[in-house]
Amino acid sequence: MSSTEPFLVVEDLTVRFPTEDGLVTAVQDLSYSVEKGKTLGIVGESGSGKSVSSMAVLGLHDARTARITGSIRVDGQEVVGLNEAGLRKLRGRQIAMIFQDALAALHPFYKIGGQLAEAYQVHHPKATKREARRKAVEMLDRVGIPQPDRRVDDFPHQFSGGMRQRAMIAMGLINDPSLLIADEPTTALDVTVQAQILDLLQDLQSEFNSAVIIITHDLGVIAEMADDVLVMYAGRGVEYGPGKEILTRPQMPYTWGLLSSVPDVTGDTDSKLIPIPGNPPSLLNPPTGCAFHPRCVHSDKVEGDLCATTMPAFEQGNSGVRHLKRCHLRDPEVIFEREVLPVIAPELLEEK
Amino acid sequence: MFAYVVKRLLAGVLVLFLVSMSIFLLFWYGPNEPARVMCDTKTSNRCNAERLDRFTEELGYNNAWYAEYGDYVKGVFVGRDITVAAQTTRCDAPCFGLSYKNGKPVWEDMKDRLPATFSVAIGGATLYLLLGVPLGVAAARRRGTVQDKALVSSFLFLSSVPYYLFALLTWLFFSLKWEVPLIGDTGYVPLTESPTAWFGGLALAWICLGIFGCTQYTRYARGAMVEALSEDYIRTAKAKGLPTRTVVYRHGLRAALVPIVTIFGIDFGTLLAGTIFTERIFDIEGIGLWSLRAVMQRDLPIVSATALFSAVVLIMANLIVDLVYSILDPRVRLS
Repeated sequence: MSSTEPFLVVEDLTVRFPTEDGLVTAVQDLSYSVEKGKTLGIVGESGSGKSVSSMAVLGLHDARTARITGSIRVDGQEVVGLNEAGLRKLRGRQIAMIFQDALAALHPFYKIGGQLAEAYQVHHPKATKREARRKAVEMLDRVGIPQPDRRVDDFPHQFSGGMRQRAMIAMGLINDPSLLIADEPTTALDVTVQAQILDLLQDLQSEFNSAVIIITHDLGVIAEMADDVLVMYAGRGVEYGPGKEILTRPQMPYTWGLLSSVPDVTGDTDSKLIPIPGNPPSLLNPPTGCAFHPRCVHSDKVEGDLCATTMPAFEQGNSGVRHLKRCHLRDPEVIFEREVLPVIAPELLEEK
Repeated sequence: MFAYVVKRLLAGVLVLFLVSMSIFLLFWYGPNEPARVMCDTKTSNRCNAERLDRFTEELGYNNAWYAEYGDYVKGVFVGRDITVAAQTTRCDAPCFGLSYKNGKPVWEDMKDRLPATFSVAIGGATLYLLLGVPLGVAAARRRGTVQDKALVSSFLFLSSVPYYLFALLTWLFFSLKWEVPLIGDTGYVPLTESPTAWFGGLALAWICLGIFGCTQYTRYARGAMVEALSEDYIRTAKAKGLPTRTVVYRHGLRAALVPIVTIFGIDFGTLLAGTIFTERIFDIEGIGLWSLRAVMQRDLPIVSATALFSAVVLIMANLIVDLVYSILDPRVRLS
């Protein structure tokens, strides 16, 4: 099974949290897969279910507060419903996670080296303290921390923001995981450091041949890193396909909105920044029909009130290639070229 | 680190100096006749205006306050001779004066009572920490469950009971009804004299302080632990594949200890300064009971000595808390 199937397969994943106000559906019917050596980018606004779905891959949700259905298979092994001992073997060993804001994600009271060594020792119980420490120094060196044998004894607050994120990555990779989930790894960093971290992740990925999921709301990061892209909105996948395809020929108005919200430093000043109107919907009480329809400026192009009444299926569009979209629009390519592109990237049209 | 300790010690000494002077001035200018007590004692309650004047003169209350305060401070460090009613008493350092009631140097009585108070405080605090912190951690891990809610609400109820009533009930049940072995007549017997009597005499006081104090510490520990367990680094620890025990104790409790230690330091200082209620109820001759009696007898040197002692203990407790804090949290240590 594992030989034919991609390394990570997520099928119909639904994550619900019962709260006092009702059932919050944070992720619904989400499916995607990632092969070794490939990168999947998951994009979406805050609260779209990006982090919740990835935390489910590690089984990090508290069984008492989260109801998870569907299937998550890591190298053929089912994760949903797996017991704590089984999950612990996966966590940090086969799947590692890098969190945003490394200052909060690293323990403030323990030395960097100790925290790395701890991650190594828990999966290598026979390793001595000295071996674990050597491994920690080696990993710090690998991610480009200068003088790693000295910095290994520093506390997280003595590192700069970029170095902390590097240390975080070193900790994630210390057991050569086959899948690395990076949850907004560059959000808390300034742009120059962001680029370094992304380069580092790419280098390490080709070195370890691991599968990578990168969660972000930054389409620049996606363009740089991702082989495949999954766009999420209100807990569901709304567009899924090869990265280049999604970025150049998006078929879903929400993705258009995301593209229009990206400032373009290289482009001319004629291109406009257009924010998506409104706010992300409540997951407690999602809108009827398509969850995006209250904010969608193109819903008038769909006959009747289909958008407000019927949830569109997540299906292949007209483009032919593996490219799923969740939208009622009949001819999204035409609308994109005629109405969206001229506003957000007029220079692209001129080239044509 | 060393410079920090020195700085804190110097600040502590300065505070002590100010506190001791304030106490001295308070009693000096206070609305009382400080010599009255001694006059009554020495003359077998036949104190008249003339005799009172003589004692006031002998006790130095007619001199300038700073001169007397200087003598007092000098006495604390090197001791001094005090002459009252044609009788000179050697008062060794640390000399806090002579008791107006029995004429003995204050320190002699005080040093006999310190072990009682320390025994009560250390035993009680140990018990409430040992009960409170694990209960709080357990409650935090089961946050929101029936067990957690039951524990929190029953402890809230328990801590609303007045302490003296609680102490009485402790005594009634543990000592009279259940006749728990090892619990003897309450009171203080030095540990060196008879360990079993020492234990038996203090057990009820410990149980009382322990259970009553643990209701608070369960709350503190639960709160600190709930907060710690919701931190990002706990999620990181889980994502590393660490066993739950390691996550909760090595990563969670370690962080939660900081606020607990802070509160405990101040609390324990207050306990050492005299557990007046506990000592009074269980008839333990400690600092608290002694100072209570001194206040009622208007025995000024004892009152001011116990006030000064409280100040010393609290300042020390604060200093120790700060030092422990900097050991626990490396961010404090290096900045």
